[in-house]
Amino acid sequence: MTGKLCSMKEAIADSVESGSSVYIEGFTHLICFAAGHEIIRQGKQNLTAIRLTPDLVYDQMIEAGCVSKIVFGWAGNPGVGSLHAFRRKSEAKYSEKIEVEEYSHFGMVSRLQAGAASLPFWPLKNYGGTDIPEHNENIKKVTCPFTGEVVAAVPAMNPDVVILHCQRSDAQGNAQAWGLFGTQKESAFAAKKVIVVCEEIVETSEIRRDPNRTLIPSLLVSHVVHEPWGCHPSYVQGFYDRDNDFYVGWDKLTRDPETYANYLDEFVHSCPDRASYMKKMGSELMSKLKAKALMSDGVNYGF
Amino acid sequence: MGSKVTMKCSSSEFMAVRASKELKNEDVVFVGIGLPNVACNLARATHAPSLELIYESGAVGAQPDRLPVSIGDPALVTGALGIVSQAEIFQNFLQGGRIQVGFLGGAQIDKWGNLNTTVIGDYSNPKVRLPGSGGACEIAVHAQRVLIVMRLSKKSFVERCDYITSPGQISKGKTRGEWGHPGGGPQTIITDKCVMTYSSTQNEFVVKEIYPGVKKSELTELCGWGLKFSDNIVVAQEPTDVEIDLLRNKLDPQKLYL
Repeated sequence: MTGKLCSMKEAIADSVESGSSVYIEGFTHLICFAAGHEIIRQGKQNLTAIRLTPDLVYDQMIEAGCVSKIVFGWAGNPGVGSLHAFRRKSEAKYSEKIEVEEYSHFGMVSRLQAGAASLPFWPLKNYGGTDIPEHNENIKKVTCPFTGEVVAAVPAMNPDVVILHCQRSDAQGNAQAWGLFGTQKESAFAAKKVIVVCEEIVETSEIRRDPNRTLIPSLLVSHVVHEPWGCHPSYVQGFYDRDNDFYVGWDKLTRDPETYANYLDEFVHSCPDRASYMKKMGSELMSKLKAKALMSDGVNYGF
Repeated sequence: MGSKVTMKCSSSEFMAVRASKELKNEDVVFVGIGLPNVACNLARATHAPSLELIYESGAVGAQPDRLPVSIGDPALVTGALGIVSQAEIFQNFLQGGRIQVGFLGGAQIDKWGNLNTTVIGDYSNPKVRLPGSGGACEIAVHAQRVLIVMRLSKKSFVERCDYITSPGQISKGKTRGEWGHPGGGPQTIITDKCVMTYSSTQNEFVVKEIYPGVKKSELTELCGWGLKFSDNIVVAQEPTDVEIDLLRNKLDPQKLYL
């Protein structure tokens, strides 16, 4: 396939169908908010939203009515507290509910590893004595055929679409990332389709100069989106810091469905793309969050 | 370290200092955000300079030069000894038995150290929906010892957890050995009034240390189960001026967590 490079609008329109399972990757680092916003703008529905730590962007997708089921390990606002849309669609005092399929982080990682390796399940020593398997029939027990030891098992997970944000990629999707990885590699191999989103598009020769930095090769990738600042308020190591004030302020803003709706109107629906969103954020915030330079020395790849 | 005690400290500061004492120089710690993170950095600045910090997000041997605002703060990466994937963290480090200490807390705890961070009320129709396990369940299963930091209250220290997210010493009537948990599980509960340790003769957590000025009756009243006291209960050592100075002026000057 040639010409993978496209806009976020094209990538989402082309890949995410209502009713499909979607995993926007990122563990506090490299969370592609731009992709979540585009999913909301395109009015996708009945999505199964998968992630170890569904945070603000998944909460926005829940509030916007895109999500009917969530598969996760920890659903909160990291370092701050609750996700209010998620709570409003889970708790007894509210009538509308989304379906919940709940693991721990280790369970989610294991499901992705099985999916990546094309194995039917993945064994792990976990969950004994807890209520987690009582409420999730996908957590079962398996007996080791060699030792007879009984361990937990979770089934393979193969999301329809995985969206990975990284620092740089070439136009074919040879993607390089550094800093915290989360489950980027496992989820990319587990995915039926991968969208790579990057801060910078570089020449393939630049990728070749540092091959150990490559997270995934282009053969897994169907779309490449160049989207600077695509992770705000999350962060990209070496590009911009986490906007912590945003995460803290989010709690109050989203307790009330009305202010939540206003936010979505102003910052998602009224912004046609990421560039216009960042324009609204303002240059002062961007210069405050911009990363300082702290270069590594590089290594000798000679022979 | 200096042992002068003249400064008055807050209960959070007392908890952080007391938690730091549980950490040994040779320990590898699975660190969380908030007070445990402060306690680890205090231990590094005082009696345990070689303490190795590993974060669930994949940072190994992190030396953050600001207090991390999330478990995946970029400052954990800058200057770390290594960055690994989360699959490696859970499979090789945690399940592989490389972690000595894990820190946990929760909305509810029972007398065996079972923790609930998932729901208050019925699971399928909860009164309060909490974030869930994250890495807590596997930390409780695999870490060689687990330190629990929680404020003592009737709401949190309960006869029975509404949901068990992370296993304690006895869960659903079976011991850790019977469940096959590789790690040692919860050993110590550090509260804002006292420290409890697990008594293997009484098969429950009992008060081992009481903070200066706190009465036993106060503890009994704040605990939702019939709290027992160790026969050789001691009064906890107060934080020294040096420790408080470190907390206030170096480790958490903006008072994010203390």
